[in-house]
Amino acid sequence: MDELDRKIINRLQLNFPICDHPFAVVADELGTNEADLISRLEQLSEKKYLTRFGPLYNADNFGGSVSLCAMAVSENDFDFVTEKVNAHPQVAHNYQRDHALNMWFVIATESQNELEEIIKKIEGETGLPVKNMPKLHEFYVGLYFEV
Amino acid sequence: MWVYILKFEIDNHADLDRNIILATQAGLPLVAEPYQQIAEQLNIDVEVLQQRLTTMLNDGRIRRIGAVPNHYKLGYTSNGMTVWDVPDELIYELGERVGKMTFVSHCYQRPRFLPDWPYNLFAMVHGHNHEEVLEKTEKITALLGDNCRAHDILFSTKILKKTGIRIGVKS
Repeated sequence: MDELDRKIINRLQLNFPICDHPFAVVADELGTNEADLISRLEQLSEKKYLTRFGPLYNADNFGGSVSLCAMAVSENDFDFVTEKVNAHPQVAHNYQRDHALNMWFVIATESQNELEEIIKKIEGETGLPVKNMPKLHEFYVGLYFEV
Repeated sequence: MWVYILKFEIDNHADLDRNIILATQAGLPLVAEPYQQIAEQLNIDVEVLQQRLTTMLNDGRIRRIGAVPNHYKLGYTSNGMTVWDVPDELIYELGERVGKMTFVSHCYQRPRFLPDWPYNLFAMVHGHNHEEVLEKTEKITALLGDNCRAHDILFSTKILKKTGIRIGVKS
């Protein structure tokens, strides 16, 4: 990664233009050209410096349901429970954390009913209770990593 | 009135917007005219696509269009979910202030599970290592002062899954 790659990552965490040649607009700002910017982005994606590039949708504003769920899982059962939880495509991400509640995952569905169904299914499949912690209020969301 | 118009606007374009989301939620193509390519795929005019994306940006259905860096790969290898027990009557004021701290990426109010989970305020803190996350967490502790009755920090020890939120998926 060189200086221009770093500038690209910083710039593209902000708004990408909506126009016919958006890469050309950004390339111009960064002092390069459209083809160079696109090929660098391909490289950055391939080398996994970027996990996504495109519109980031806010699932809350579609009448869908998103919730953070937590479980306390014993070490012996951990792999089995991980497999059961991750098998649901509605589970968007899942992290192990150093706490008695050691499995934390986000479920995103198109309805509240579907969310509750998934939680019941996971409880049935694992025999463990799921703590459902939907957000009651959002104060801030804005991931920006300066490189 | 504004809410009414917004709702009408969404309802009127619900199918189109859903198709746009399905076509773009995995990302935009890395080509010179990405919107043109998506529009052709959806068999709509590129102007219509651009206008719908602009509308969704303005009404908050799209948070932003851009890149999501892999923070692990960029050296931000430590992330702590900091959780706080603050008085409910102060949570809006305190949550706003914690959310404004530059190193906090997400800040939410969530329900407590008493007695063992008294925390109602969550703030995600990222750093290059545990020490950096702990230093940043200290700043939240200082900001909350006596309004914090208990707090904890849950470091992530492993990513078990990270596909991102998708619509149109079924078990």
